[in-house]
Amino acid sequence: MGAMMLVAILRGLAGGALIGLASAMLLLVHGRIAGVSGILGHAVDAGSGRTFRIGFLSGLVVTGAILAAAQPSAFGAGVRSLPVLAIAGVLVGAGTTLGSGCTSGHGVCGISRLSSRSIVAVGTFMVTAALTVAIFGAHA
Amino acid sequence: MTRFVLAAIAGALFAIGLTVGGMTIPAKVTGFLDVGGAWDPQLAFVMAGAIAVYASLLRLIRRRSAPVLADRFHWPTARAIDPRLVGGAAIFGVGWGLSGYCPGPALASLVGGASSAIVFVVAMIGGIALARAGELARR
Repeated sequence: MGAMMLVAILRGLAGGALIGLASAMLLLVHGRIAGVSGILGHAVDAGSGRTFRIGFLSGLVVTGAILAAAQPSAFGAGVRSLPVLAIAGVLVGAGTTLGSGCTSGHGVCGISRLSSRSIVAVGTFMVTAALTVAIFGAHA
Repeated sequence: MTRFVLAAIAGALFAIGLTVGGMTIPAKVTGFLDVGGAWDPQLAFVMAGAIAVYASLLRLIRRRSAPVLADRFHWPTARAIDPRLVGGAAIFGVGWGLSGYCPGPALASLVGGASSAIVFVVAMIGGIALARAGELARR
């Protein structure tokens, strides 16, 4: 195994561990599932969840902005033309709303809870995502 | 205020994790999904690391009768594996495969990342609104 591969594995595991830690923190402190699509989709709903949702989204967006300024190479360019990205955005927004979750809520939290709904959802979106890349390629 | 700040810290850690793991590079994500081509396995380790940590801590946190700053745990209550779940997940996968963006990395990239992230996020919010309007109309 090459050094490049080892770095990729360690970066992946470290990044994943931080995502797991952040998600566990949201559960411990707020009693909430760290599903980004759900947090975004219900951000402006009335009720007790608004504080944690706006707080989480603020931390995510602001920290992303700081990291992008400090380390621009960690943020890649879009892989499609803007009209295709707009279509993809609508599909991601509508799909995660209907399917009640995305890579974080179903993929990390749901799989960890051994939720059968999440296992089915992850299996489904991994297959359609891989098929989409097989048909359209990994980039334009 | 404390609840807001602690949620913001969780969001910040989440953004750092996504960035360290490479999820804010769309070409890396589509490379991971390109199982028949030049497959890039890094994101499998992101998922494995996240699940290992969350699943372990989940088992400890679940022993508590309540969260630290809320009156109860909000566990998902839906149980049905229905066409809405499978269809929604399938639609999400197509959008994810096309763009290499899922909601978390897209939001982390919104300011200062690629300008394409802005287009994607605006469209994603439109997609959420569209699906919710459709659900309301069906009731």
